[in-house]
Amino acid sequence: MKRLLSFVIKEFHHIFRDRRTMLILLGMPIVQIILFGFAVTNEVNNASIAIWDQSKDEATTQIIQRISSSKYFDIEQSLHSKEGIEGAFKKGKVKMVIVFPQRFRESLLHEHNAEVQLIADASDLNTASTLTNYASSIIMRYQADILDADIPYQVKTNIKMLYNPNLESAYNFVPGVMGLILMLISAMMTSVSIVREKEMGTMEVLLVSPVKAYMVIISKVIPYLVLSLVNIISIILLSVYALGVPVTGNLVLLIGESILFIITSLSLGITISTVTKSQQAAMLISMMGLMLPTILLSGFIFPIENMPVVLQVISNIVPAKWYIDIVRMVMIKGLGFGAVMKDTIILTGITMLFIIISLLRFKTRLE
Amino acid sequence: MNAVSVEHITKTYLQKEQKKEKKVTALDDVSFTVDKGELFGIIGPDGAGKTSLFRILTTVLLADSGKASVEGLDVVKDYRKIRDRVGYMPGKFSLYQDLTVEENLNFFATIFNTTVKKNYELIKDIYVQLEPFKKRRAGALSGGMKQKLALCCALIHKPSILFLDEPTTGVDPVSRRDFWDMIKKLKEQDIAILVSTAYMDEANMCEKIALIQKGNILTVSSPEKITSEFDQPLLAVRSDDMYQLLYDLRANKAVKEAYPFGAYYHVIPEDANKTKELEAYLQQKGQKDLEVKPIKANIEDSFIALMKKND
Repeated sequence: MKRLLSFVIKEFHHIFRDRRTMLILLGMPIVQIILFGFAVTNEVNNASIAIWDQSKDEATTQIIQRISSSKYFDIEQSLHSKEGIEGAFKKGKVKMVIVFPQRFRESLLHEHNAEVQLIADASDLNTASTLTNYASSIIMRYQADILDADIPYQVKTNIKMLYNPNLESAYNFVPGVMGLILMLISAMMTSVSIVREKEMGTMEVLLVSPVKAYMVIISKVIPYLVLSLVNIISIILLSVYALGVPVTGNLVLLIGESILFIITSLSLGITISTVTKSQQAAMLISMMGLMLPTILLSGFIFPIENMPVVLQVISNIVPAKWYIDIVRMVMIKGLGFGAVMKDTIILTGITMLFIIISLLRFKTRLE
Repeated sequence: MNAVSVEHITKTYLQKEQKKEKKVTALDDVSFTVDKGELFGIIGPDGAGKTSLFRILTTVLLADSGKASVEGLDVVKDYRKIRDRVGYMPGKFSLYQDLTVEENLNFFATIFNTTVKKNYELIKDIYVQLEPFKKRRAGALSGGMKQKLALCCALIHKPSILFLDEPTTGVDPVSRRDFWDMIKKLKEQDIAILVSTAYMDEANMCEKIALIQKGNILTVSSPEKITSEFDQPLLAVRSDDMYQLLYDLRANKAVKEAYPFGAYYHVIPEDANKTKELEAYLQQKGQKDLEVKPIKANIEDSFIALMKKND
């Protein structure tokens, strides 16, 4: 026991005395959450637009009011000619121009057919399509409101976005970032720290001592388990208080599942360390072999359902896929253990597999 | 029971060279024994196989064939028991550079289930020199201090046999002398010590030495015995133009062998009684400030002679 303790203390010394390691360990989660939360997002807020209102009647005024009061648009200028449109775009500030034709209200009421033209800057495709969608939906709602009384029969779609009523992208990436960070820190850092002992020659001294292999491994794992837990808690705090994503489900269950995933990542890291000889190689394998699949194949950014069948099959062996699924169910949807049992069992299985592989491959000699 | 016994150990490595796998023999049918409490030196140039031998004996490397035992325990079968009781200081500095002197020592004491206090007597003489730096990180120590710390860490669990792989490589001459004084003191504690070195002059510090070259043991004996077995006349020669001197020496048919040694050339003449003739020949060649004197052979002379014989 005393031996293990001094081993773990030694490990903490290594971590706390290396500024770069510390920065990666504790800085990365915060940076990632902030990056994804405020910079990397599909939402467009306060986009500058211009309006060319040729009819200036009651209807167009009401629509313009609705548009300007939404948080998505800032009306930058009013235009008065066709040439003005081109000019506004060329200055580069305006992302979209809304054009109302002459006699807009009259056409709407008497001919039941009025057109609004939305001209968007499609050199930025995502922003363009998002903005036109926002604008169309505002106009559609206006139309629905004024026509409500007039038409006896109509089909209305009533859309309700469950679990994420405001369509916040944070709801999507918080689980993803949790998976990514835990995978990186636990797997990469442990593999690098074990390989470092080989590279520095200290493993040779440890081998020629009464220390058993499992002791070396456990003592490497404990500090990273503790630090990963600190990270989990800081991510949850950040997402609740900075991004407004609540923990809908059971917090204890969420943390429990996170610990399971941390252990999966740690066992993966140990397995990597048993097959590599240099810190660089360990780092590279962790980056390429873990980070990319975690980002691409876990459903974090790209929906798995849209992938070719081969990739869908491969995605099943990406541990982060299951964990991200679990976090979505528990944290966002607020479901209980029953809903995530399958994922939990699969994660446990993957963990066992890696632990067995690493124990079998851990060498009691140098070669 | 011998402290160490090595029987017909052979070790080869596969080395990749220009995409072809090449077999390199590190140890070729090596055998010797080390007595209890003996200070035994393995002397040979870089690449002779010293480190491979140490790794096999400390159980971290497996030999291709042959048998070896440490304190009667087989290095393959009983490797766990051997690891409990030997002290090993690898050739490369292998302590934690980001831990302080004190932390390193305490850590290694703990993993061997002991404390620094309990075995302080053993390391006292060495540790007093380190004490002023005990709060300093090991990576910031000088080369000599690093080796002293490594020795302390290898000793802290009171091993019955100590393996020191090139402990004085990269250490300044004064520290080297210090280091050997320490090793000699340890011998009084009845610890068998196996030490390897590429410095021939350190051979005399050992009770018994094995000369090793390209994986072959040339001879195993006491340093005195090895030098006394040198059966040829030997001269030390110098002049003011050393470059030309070597050329002249090698051009002379009465000279069997001439090689640099410190400020002199060591020369093995065909006939010990013709020193005067050799001197006359060199003077005639225009060598000034000439000095020719008969000397006794040292380990390096013996090593070179044995190497030639072996080739």
